[in-house]
Amino acid sequence: MSAHSTNTEVSFHAEHTGGTKRIWKIFWVLSALTIIELALGYFLYATHGSLGYAAVLSTKIVIGILTLAKAYYIVSVFMHLGDEVRNLIMTIVVPLVLFVWFIIAFLADGNSWKVLRNTNAGSRPSVEQVAPAAIEKGEKK
Amino acid sequence: MSTTAIPTGTKWWSGGRSPFNASYGKVMMWYFLMSDAFTFGAFLISYGTIRFSVNDWADPNRVFNAFPFAGHANLPLAFVSLMTFILIFSSVTMVLAVHEGHKMNRKGVEKYMILTILGGIAFLSCQAWEWTHMITGDHAVLVNGQIEHWGTTMAKNPWGTEVMHNGQLVSTPGPIAFGGYFFGITGFHGFHVLSGVVINIIMYIKTKLGHFDDRGHYEMIEKAGLYWHFVDLVWVFVFLCFYLV
Repeated sequence: MSAHSTNTEVSFHAEHTGGTKRIWKIFWVLSALTIIELALGYFLYATHGSLGYAAVLSTKIVIGILTLAKAYYIVSVFMHLGDEVRNLIMTIVVPLVLFVWFIIAFLADGNSWKVLRNTNAGSRPSVEQVAPAAIEKGEKK
Repeated sequence: MSTTAIPTGTKWWSGGRSPFNASYGKVMMWYFLMSDAFTFGAFLISYGTIRFSVNDWADPNRVFNAFPFAGHANLPLAFVSLMTFILIFSSVTMVLAVHEGHKMNRKGVEKYMILTILGGIAFLSCQAWEWTHMITGDHAVLVNGQIEHWGTTMAKNPWGTEVMHNGQLVSTPGPIAFGGYFFGITGFHGFHVLSGVVINIIMYIKTKLGHFDDRGHYEMIEKAGLYWHFVDLVWVFVFLCFYLV
């Protein structure tokens, strides 16, 4: 405790003097999650082309969830965010919720481009055909 | 384990103490890392958007199947698993260094910092090999009816759809964005690892010189540790987006 006495801003100290058991436990958890991810990745490779779209997608979603679990353990235990007070945890974690929207919006956008690319909706008439129509529209307004 | 007895009804915001119960430097390190997370997030989401918008994005198991000294053996996921475990292990040695710092054990901090630095250098070496292998690669690509031999660069992507040509299965040029995203994002991450190694070396020297013993606490090791774990955290996502799915 006296080790931290120079820090006047800090009111309470987390008790860090325990053993290293928890650290090693998390190391094994992270390793296990990585091995499961690799196994699923290899499964996707080995079954390449023979799986349906839904099966591939759900395997990838499972791999994504395992990644989020790894991220949770790294941030919460290795970076000790789980041991900080709630105020600090919230100012870090709440802004990151924006990612939920970013990921959904941008991936949906990318996918819609692919749909346009693969359908007639993507084949536009040439510029010469479009230009007069656009001018007409503009004049009407 | 590290439970803190905080009296109920503590008025965190009434002044005189940090409402986050952390020093200024540590809080600012957290905010820096949060902003850095947005930078990496933006890169990865941009990559995802482009990848979702094309039909013939490179299959990672086809691109990343090499291993040093293994010649042309097809070993998907092997090398990147090695890189991932190197980084996870160096993260563990870093957290052990922080732990020794809490106990004011200088020798312990020195030992684990050295191991962490070695882990970082090992990771960077792996990445250097992987980049070299990709850039100097030699893949038959069918361009305008002619076979050309391409490596993977910012301007050339030999990992397009495979077609039959003169009875042989050859590649066609893939989306040009692949090299830019791969080298851009792994390069940005690699640069973070490099700066993490430099920071860790500085921390090691400062530990060796007894600066933290004089100061009475090893908080600088904790802050360097936060940065190092963040680098590991980003790799978890780069690993997911580029190599696994």
